[in-house]
Amino acid sequence: MEKLIKKGAEAEIYLSEWLGKEVIIKRRIRKGYRIKELDNAIREHRTKREALLMMAARGAGVSVPIIYDINLYKKEIVMQYIDGMRVKDFIDKIDEENQKKICKKIGKSIAAMHENGIIHGDITTSNMIIGDGTLYFIDFGLGMKSEENEDRGVDMHLLMEAFNAVHKNKKLFEWVFEEYEKNFDEGKEVRKKINEIISRGRYMRRVT
Amino acid sequence: MISLGIEGTAHTIGIGIVEDKNKKCNVLSNVSKMYKPATGGIHPREAANHHAFFLPKILKEAIKSARIEIDDIDVLGFSIGPGLGPCLRTVATASRAMALKYKKPIIGVNHCIAHLEIGRALTGAKDPVLLYASGGNTQVIAFLDRKYRIFGETLDIGIGNCLDKFGREIGISFPAGPEIEKLAEKGRKYIHLPYSVKGMDVAFSGILTAAIHLLKKESKEDISHSLQETCFSMLAEVTERAMAHTDKGEVLLGGGVAANKRLQAIIKKMAEERGAKFYVPSKKYLVDNGAMIAWTALLMYKSGYRMKIDETKIRQNFRTDEVEIKWRS
Ligand SMILES: Nc1ncnc2c1ncn2[C@@H]1O[C@H](COP(=O)(O)OP(=O)(O)OP(=O)(O)O)[C@@H](O)[C@H]1O
Ligand SMILES: Nc1ncnc2c1ncn2[C@@H]1O[C@H](COP(=O)(O)OP(=O)(O)OP(=O)(O)O)[C@@H](O)[C@H]1O
Repeated sequence: MEKLIKKGAEAEIYLSEWLGKEVIIKRRIRKGYRIKELDNAIREHRTKREALLMMAARGAGVSVPIIYDINLYKKEIVMQYIDGMRVKDFIDKIDEENQKKICKKIGKSIAAMHENGIIHGDITTSNMIIGDGTLYFIDFGLGMKSEENEDRGVDMHLLMEAFNAVHKNKKLFEWVFEEYEKNFDEGKEVRKKINEIISRGRYMRRVT
Repeated sequence: MISLGIEGTAHTIGIGIVEDKNKKCNVLSNVSKMYKPATGGIHPREAANHHAFFLPKILKEAIKSARIEIDDIDVLGFSIGPGLGPCLRTVATASRAMALKYKKPIIGVNHCIAHLEIGRALTGAKDPVLLYASGGNTQVIAFLDRKYRIFGETLDIGIGNCLDKFGREIGISFPAGPEIEKLAEKGRKYIHLPYSVKGMDVAFSGILTAAIHLLKKESKEDISHSLQETCFSMLAEVTERAMAHTDKGEVLLGGGVAANKRLQAIIKKMAEERGAKFYVPSKKYLVDNGAMIAWTALLMYKSGYRMKIDETKIRQNFRTDEVEIKWRS
């Protein structure tokens, strides 16, 4: 039994069962506009890359869903279902003290990822889930390995836009960033990069 | 209302005359001349000289075939940027002189926005995501919060540039796109090339280098085929992502490379798969042309834009999202 819960531009997300456990299946869909060889290669590469980034994040001490299975033939990842709430959906509803706690966790986790050469690629509050008091990161589909402050800056800039576009309390991102700087030596350089990115005036993307 | 527009940001000098009839765009004339470098890439100063030389001839021809008099013109538009400095200056200088001599209001038009507006006007697309793929530019643009925003773009060279440079390596003169398209049709084998999408952006120079390397052992036909498939799939992917993020149900093509039938087929298929509508204007409005500048100047003028002569300085790096789009809501 598979239940489709989301259909994105690239992948479909199913809620399913696997060896008696509730799981999420992320399946990269075939694109008819690409020739077969290319399409297969891209989907396989992305599936592998996402799984590897998730494992690397875990290695860096960041909580991510456990990967149960990777099927390169079907281009899918079977992973732990995180029973919880997306940060996006509740952070506006809690008091400042608890907001600050979560922001600190976010900042610390991103510092750990960046320190270990992991760029998430799509850090928004809809890709963070709190389950059983633990902060999980999901959707590494646009991520990559990089040690460049430019890439880290782009990552953080996206999060900043996400906070400013979606959430009322404008201090949230500052709290995240303070903790990020505390835990990551390159933090100051990354902040410079963010300012550079802002001054380029490029509209990055709409964040929801 | 009748508008005359002068385009001259890169290779092409073009003049178009349009009128709005029941709010629709009616092209009265659209004349152009393309500078083709004898060897190598574009020499901006040579291109500018070319434009200065042909401008008076083209102007006469445009007015004659539109069957109007200079007096009938209500507004004069010109491409103010982005583009090559010498070309932009030539066109700006000529436009200012004309505006003063004939006492016409003058409007500097953003070249990229003009590509989008002429496409909308002639195809009936209402609120599309535009894939603008030309020689120097490669951008994915959509309307959001009163501006045309760039959702994705090339991080290095334009797609047409990539094709033209590859063409030069195999002895095809500028513009190489059409010839490469023919070669690609004969290609059978797909050879893997770096596929370079970064978030919503693309990059082509790595692919170009790899394609040139392949020339030692693979056929021109197979490489052309592989080059097109790789680059065009990347464009389709970032365009689709922009459509998903903006929730828009239409896609429009613009720019000279969009004349490529394979690119058209790929984007059309992408649109079909997501239940979206696909639009492409005819080739003369895909490549750089004067009509698109005329039409956009008309839209701007009608929505209240006015420019003094000293506000018509060229803008080499003019960005698409710097213009407030007063003519749309
Ligand atoms: N492991 C998981 N546990 C619980 N819910 C999940 C899990 N993975 C995904 N989801 C849910 O599915 C949604 C989409 O997942 P994901 O962001 O990975 O897909 P996507 O198609 O790549 O999304 P996007 O279009 O935002 O890039 C998430 O917002 C979340 O609600
Ligand atoms: N059928 C085709 N397939 C691929 N590319 C093509 C085709 N026809 C034309 N082109 C390419 O289109 C480009 C020229 O188009 P256009 O006039 O829009 O570009 P440009 O002069 O570089 O202008 P811009 O300032 O908009 O970048 C050239 O790079 C040419 O190779």
